[in-house]
Amino acid sequence: MQTRFIRFIAALALTGLSGLSGLVQAQTLKVVMHSDIKVLDPLVSTQYIVRNHGHMVWDQLVAFDEKNEVRPQMASRWTVSPDKLVYTFVLRDGLEWHDGTPVTSEDCIASIKRFVQRDPSGLRLAPSIAAFEAVDARTFRLKLKEPYALVLETLAKPSLSPMLIMPKRVAESPASEPIGPEKVIGSGPFIFKADEWKPGEKVVYVRNPKYKPRSEPPSGFAGGKVAMVERIEWLAIPDAQTAVSALTRGEVDMVEIVPTDLLPLVEKDKAITVLPFSSGQYFGRMNWAFPPFDNVKVRQAAMVALNQEQILKGVVGDPRYYKVCKSIYFCGSQLATDAGSAGFYQGDAKRAQQMLKDAGYDGTPVVIPYPTDLPTLAPLGPLAKQQLERAGFKVQLAPMDWQSMGPRLRKKEKVADGGWGFFMSFYDARDALDPIGRTVLNTNCKTSFLGWPCDDKFEFLRNAYTRADTLEAKRDIAREVQERNTEVGVFVPLGEARFVGAMNRKLEYTFKAPITVFWGLKKS
Amino acid sequence: MLSFILRRVLAVIPVLLIVAVLVFGLLRMVPGDPAAVIAGDAATNEQVRDIRERLGLEKPIPVQFAIWLGKLVQGDLGQSFFFKKPVADLIAQRLEPTLALGACALVLAVSVAVPLGVLAAFRQGSWVDRLVMGLSVVGFSLPLFVLAYLLVYVFAVELEWLPVQGYARIADGFWPFIERLILPSVALSVGYVALIARITRTSVLEVLNEDYIRTARSKGLTDREVLVGHALRNAAVPILTIIGIGVAVLIGGAVVTESVFAIPGLGRLTVEAVLSRDFPVIQALILLFSCGYLLVNLLIDIGYAFLDPRIRY
Repeated sequence: MQTRFIRFIAALALTGLSGLSGLVQAQTLKVVMHSDIKVLDPLVSTQYIVRNHGHMVWDQLVAFDEKNEVRPQMASRWTVSPDKLVYTFVLRDGLEWHDGTPVTSEDCIASIKRFVQRDPSGLRLAPSIAAFEAVDARTFRLKLKEPYALVLETLAKPSLSPMLIMPKRVAESPASEPIGPEKVIGSGPFIFKADEWKPGEKVVYVRNPKYKPRSEPPSGFAGGKVAMVERIEWLAIPDAQTAVSALTRGEVDMVEIVPTDLLPLVEKDKAITVLPFSSGQYFGRMNWAFPPFDNVKVRQAAMVALNQEQILKGVVGDPRYYKVCKSIYFCGSQLATDAGSAGFYQGDAKRAQQMLKDAGYDGTPVVIPYPTDLPTLAPLGPLAKQQLERAGFKVQLAPMDWQSMGPRLRKKEKVADGGWGFFMSFYDARDALDPIGRTVLNTNCKTSFLGWPCDDKFEFLRNAYTRADTLEAKRDIAREVQERNTEVGVFVPLGEARFVGAMNRKLEYTFKAPITVFWGLKKS
Repeated sequence: MLSFILRRVLAVIPVLLIVAVLVFGLLRMVPGDPAAVIAGDAATNEQVRDIRERLGLEKPIPVQFAIWLGKLVQGDLGQSFFFKKPVADLIAQRLEPTLALGACALVLAVSVAVPLGVLAAFRQGSWVDRLVMGLSVVGFSLPLFVLAYLLVYVFAVELEWLPVQGYARIADGFWPFIERLILPSVALSVGYVALIARITRTSVLEVLNEDYIRTARSKGLTDREVLVGHALRNAAVPILTIIGIGVAVLIGGAVVTESVFAIPGLGRLTVEAVLSRDFPVIQALILLFSCGYLLVNLLIDIGYAFLDPRIRY
């Protein structure tokens, strides 16, 4: 009798345990992101996967909402002095780090100090900062030497090194040194499980039970960041075909980016939802430091020779997922304008030929380094070559792997000595909203790099933008920057693309996610 | 025999030293800068230089080599530039999947290829022989990744018999462990089966024409006794040699197989480390693969002595 009773209890316990395990399984999200994560520090690395990881673990002091307006996030409120020299921030009550210690003003100050040492927007703000002052544990002041119109926008920066608040002991790490797994301690909606991180296999996050979301609904990077699943696993599946097969079999819940050639496989599957996770802008950069692009007329000829639509057709393919856009700002955003760009980027070979002739082009070859191992960038090189050659340029392609591109592009040397003439890459839409955040728009003759543009007027306009305090004033300056860009060729807009992902229909976002975030995402 | 093993083990040291010098030197010569990869493409030259200094990459190459070698002889493989984890830990995490995959593929290949090769030799010229040799040509010619995709499509996506991807550690249970290894092992072993089957057939054919086989037959031994007791044992040395050489093929194939089936093994770690120029990881892995290959060759040499009494060291 006793044995039977023990068996009964054991069976009951087992049933209970298996039920519990099923519940945990239902609350676990298995996701294939666009890349595996190698560096864990979202300030030191500008890779988008590290940015996404940053938004899982850490939170922002202030944040952009979906209308691109700055809202309080960890801050409950802020005030600006009448002379616009003192910004006072008050933190929300009860904010805690993942290790249980409270978030303080000192943490915020240390985080901002680290950020302004490294990020392009932060570096621009840094000279205007006079001092920081911790008034009490929840209140601190940022004092400026001179008014700077973009303080809040800089502190709300969500991408390409987002401005995230870290514990003081972490934020005091050198800004040139990525933090290790033991220092990934945030106050955000998810906790990074350092003990479960297996590089090349999976990254694990669990819901932060102590996180206190704001009461407002989520909007952009602002509002209530409610974690609706218990556990999220980012699985490293390098092969896109395998990732898609795993999604159709139900082995994973989401694939962040599905290559356009595999889209038909998921589009026909009724158990899967297809949705755009990210959008962005292709761009080109000419090397101003050496011939032939040290000549402004040659640069203009190249901009006339290039054909956005053909490039987008070649690199994206499906017209549903690309858009011709001549603006240097993401089309549809507040500052977008194509002022001064009529006749450019349309592949007018005849006009470009004449312009080249007038410019006295001597046949110096344009060397185009391009990565062959990134499907989203690989077709750009051959496409640009074809278009430039049609206009009369001599072009040499330099195919290489992505990791070899960086050192090659940093070489400020003539083509014969291993330099380059033109390269192309991609910015996420979040990073293409203004004339400040992108390092390639820096035309300061002493500090610009990767193509080394040098244009006082362009830089004057960018500086003016940092003092513009109304949207109208910002728009006016942004339009002038756009016009100046077409005149001198700092940044060659090559059109916009949407990267489409796919997820199980059991998943549903409760808001329009600005990038691939995991708050406001529920699994039924 | 003991002195032979000792001599061979000692001979490994200069070989590994040469490998270390070559790998270290080649890695510093190839284009690509780990500091630039860590910093991202928006970083300035100064920021990249800071990271290079921190990683010790600004020091002269001989100094870097001496530091690395000094640590290596103390058993310290260094720290990954990217993951900020000890290289030994990274390798330890990835060792089990690769060993499991390699062992499964090896066992599968040998247990299928040797009987097929013997059968083809024994039935030389028959349809069985032609079928085995025809299949081995297909096995050679079919690229590994194509075969892997085909297997996934048929057995995982369409029939839903096996999982598409992933790896379960043996500690997670025997069936989850095995079910995730079936497709990758089959994909990886097909080329190897083709290789071993052809060599087995040729080797057994040569032996079957020897006088002692005729003697064995004339003694009234059955086909099975002749094949297993006399022919196969005498044909085993070339087969063993090709199995040993094939280990290198397996290591190369593991890179592709692990990528297609998302197995977190040493092959993928190698690719990731090469693509991100994670020098300490690449150096350690190449040394490890070299050690493994040398060990396999040593075992093969010892195996010769067991199989052929005429071979003595």
